[in-house]
Amino acid sequence: MAELTMVEAINLALFQEMEKDNKVVVLGEDVGWDGGIFRVTKGLVEKFGEGRVIDTPLAESGILGFSIGMAIRGKKPVPEMQFSGFSYLGLHQIESHATRLRWRSQGRFTVPMTVRMPYGGGVRALEHHSESREVFYAHMPGLKVVVPSGPRNARALLIAAIRDPDPVIYFEPKASYRAFREDVPDEEEVAEIGPAGIVREGDQLTIVSWGGMLPRALEAAERLSDEDGIAVEVVELTTLTPLDYKTIAKSVTKTGRCIVVHEAPLTYGPGGEIAARLQEEAFLSLKAPVGRVAGPDVHMPYFAREQFYLPAADRIVEASRSSLKF
Amino acid sequence: MPRTVIGPGTDIPYLSILDEDGGLDDELAPEFTDDLLLKGFRMMLLARRFDERRLKLQRSGRIGTFAPVNGQEAAQVGTISTIREDDWFVPSYRETAANLWRGSDLADMLVFDAGYNEGVVIPEGARNFPNAVPVGTQMLQAVGIGYAARQEGSDEIAMTYFGDGATSQGDFHESLNFASVFNCPVVFICQNNQYAISVPRSRQTYSQTIAQKAIAYGMECIQVDGNDIFACFVAANEAVSRAREQSRPTLIECITYRLEMHTTADDPTRYRDKEEVEKWKKRDPITRFDRFLRYRDLLDDDKLNALETEISDTIDDAWKEAEERIEKADGAKAMFAHILKEETAEQMRQKKQITNGHGGISGYG
Repeated sequence: MAELTMVEAINLALFQEMEKDNKVVVLGEDVGWDGGIFRVTKGLVEKFGEGRVIDTPLAESGILGFSIGMAIRGKKPVPEMQFSGFSYLGLHQIESHATRLRWRSQGRFTVPMTVRMPYGGGVRALEHHSESREVFYAHMPGLKVVVPSGPRNARALLIAAIRDPDPVIYFEPKASYRAFREDVPDEEEVAEIGPAGIVREGDQLTIVSWGGMLPRALEAAERLSDEDGIAVEVVELTTLTPLDYKTIAKSVTKTGRCIVVHEAPLTYGPGGEIAARLQEEAFLSLKAPVGRVAGPDVHMPYFAREQFYLPAADRIVEASRSSLKF
Repeated sequence: MPRTVIGPGTDIPYLSILDEDGGLDDELAPEFTDDLLLKGFRMMLLARRFDERRLKLQRSGRIGTFAPVNGQEAAQVGTISTIREDDWFVPSYRETAANLWRGSDLADMLVFDAGYNEGVVIPEGARNFPNAVPVGTQMLQAVGIGYAARQEGSDEIAMTYFGDGATSQGDFHESLNFASVFNCPVVFICQNNQYAISVPRSRQTYSQTIAQKAIAYGMECIQVDGNDIFACFVAANEAVSRAREQSRPTLIECITYRLEMHTTADDPTRYRDKEEVEKWKKRDPITRFDRFLRYRDLLDDDKLNALETEISDTIDDAWKEAEERIEKADGAKAMFAHILKEETAEQMRQKKQITNGHGGISGYG
């Protein structure tokens, strides 16, 4: 057991999985001798060599198309997109091929590839370094999308993603990379892709969140408990697709109220899908409309204003109170 | 004759005019007025000192991450000085010296560096693109600009900047292809500074030169000593004439070196050794130009000190102004500016909620 940051925990997962399975290959821009710009891949090239830890030319489409080919030929590639905001140069390799090759080849060729990409705001970065566009990927059939929130589930979820027989987008909330430490057991832990988790129990209101917003959701829940005596249940989605709407609906059937919190812009954001599912699954239990605390419908502003953009705990508390008063 | 040679039959020209000691090849040297030489020198020095100041501001948390230009001043000033005001400047994100030549204001740049969108101020009348951060993606736009300008009957051209890493992107190859197929008046300036963050040029392409990539697209190319302001100027000037008069594109590879980190978030000691950096410091474009100006009796210690003081004061004033502007900057509502020509009703609703301190933005509450 060691107290690790998320960066260290993801690094541990890569280390352990590469040691266990020589088919696992890490590739991307600066992932080798630099150890990745966030140091997530630190030490891997020294241990596993340049054949398995590949500093690629600067070409996102190249990295992803090349990875698809490797996956089809029996490798388990773990390509890195340096920032999710740069992944769009390779988006077509995901949409046109990674998600479709199993289907197009009638099951003959499969793409067990895990695309890691840091996403989200909160680190005072430049343009294209802070967006949250999980719906781009969550909207594609043939793909799984996972998002850890802390060191421990980051490690377990990455191992699950690498072992998954299908392509997985693994979003890393960079605001949580070094924000806190958690005990991460030395022995292997493998998460299950799919199920949502109840990270705080309550029976008066449900908050659904994931990734970099989960700490804020929990902070809001704590405040609602302290200041208003409200028992909030917090549901964490570590998997966005396939979406475990049953767990969310079960919680909301109990509480009758739900607030979804995400960084992505409100309109057509992931909260819309969750709200739609809830009115199908828990219609008669709802005591208030499903609320969404999200980014506004604008480009992520330059960093001086990113905290205005990102849902703050204050906004989550306010929205929860509105729901409770409805 | 089953096997023969059909091409490309093109050698890669290489140009160097000003050597490392400031000595000039007179036959190749262009004619410049003293004023222009001194203006070029000042711009290079200003870019360098501005970087040094920004590094201090960044380290003390006053501004955010930026990409230092240190070492690439000649490649930028030498080339950008060959285009007219009504030509187009399409940079990536490290073109501080070229931006200064094109009229960018230091205070604006500092407001941008401090994380405020309103720091992006395109000088009145200038055809300057804002920074393009995703590597290797802006060149196609320069090609489209050039094509449209020609169709509109103008002789303006576009000059676009990128690095060695960008040449690995598909968009780069598409740019060269479109520019050549459609006879676009574009000058492609590759600042080969030897590294794409940590990845060396040798890992980026197996080609002997980056310049030669133009040959496959039927386009003129040249490689120049990118730390030699005269070689950069002469090559760019030829390319600009070719673009303006013949509407043909050119790829120029400027061999230079990023003396500092990729951005302030990077630690270059992880991937390159001190000796290599020291070797390139001996080829410093500013030192070289300084020596040349002294040979020409255009510069001495007194003049340099006066220039340093003037530059330092200019930067002081700019930071003072930037700080005042930052203090007065709008809060949340500024996020909604310039997304569309007219704000949507939904954006207005969201803006009202956020600026009123309301919690959710989800339509109620």
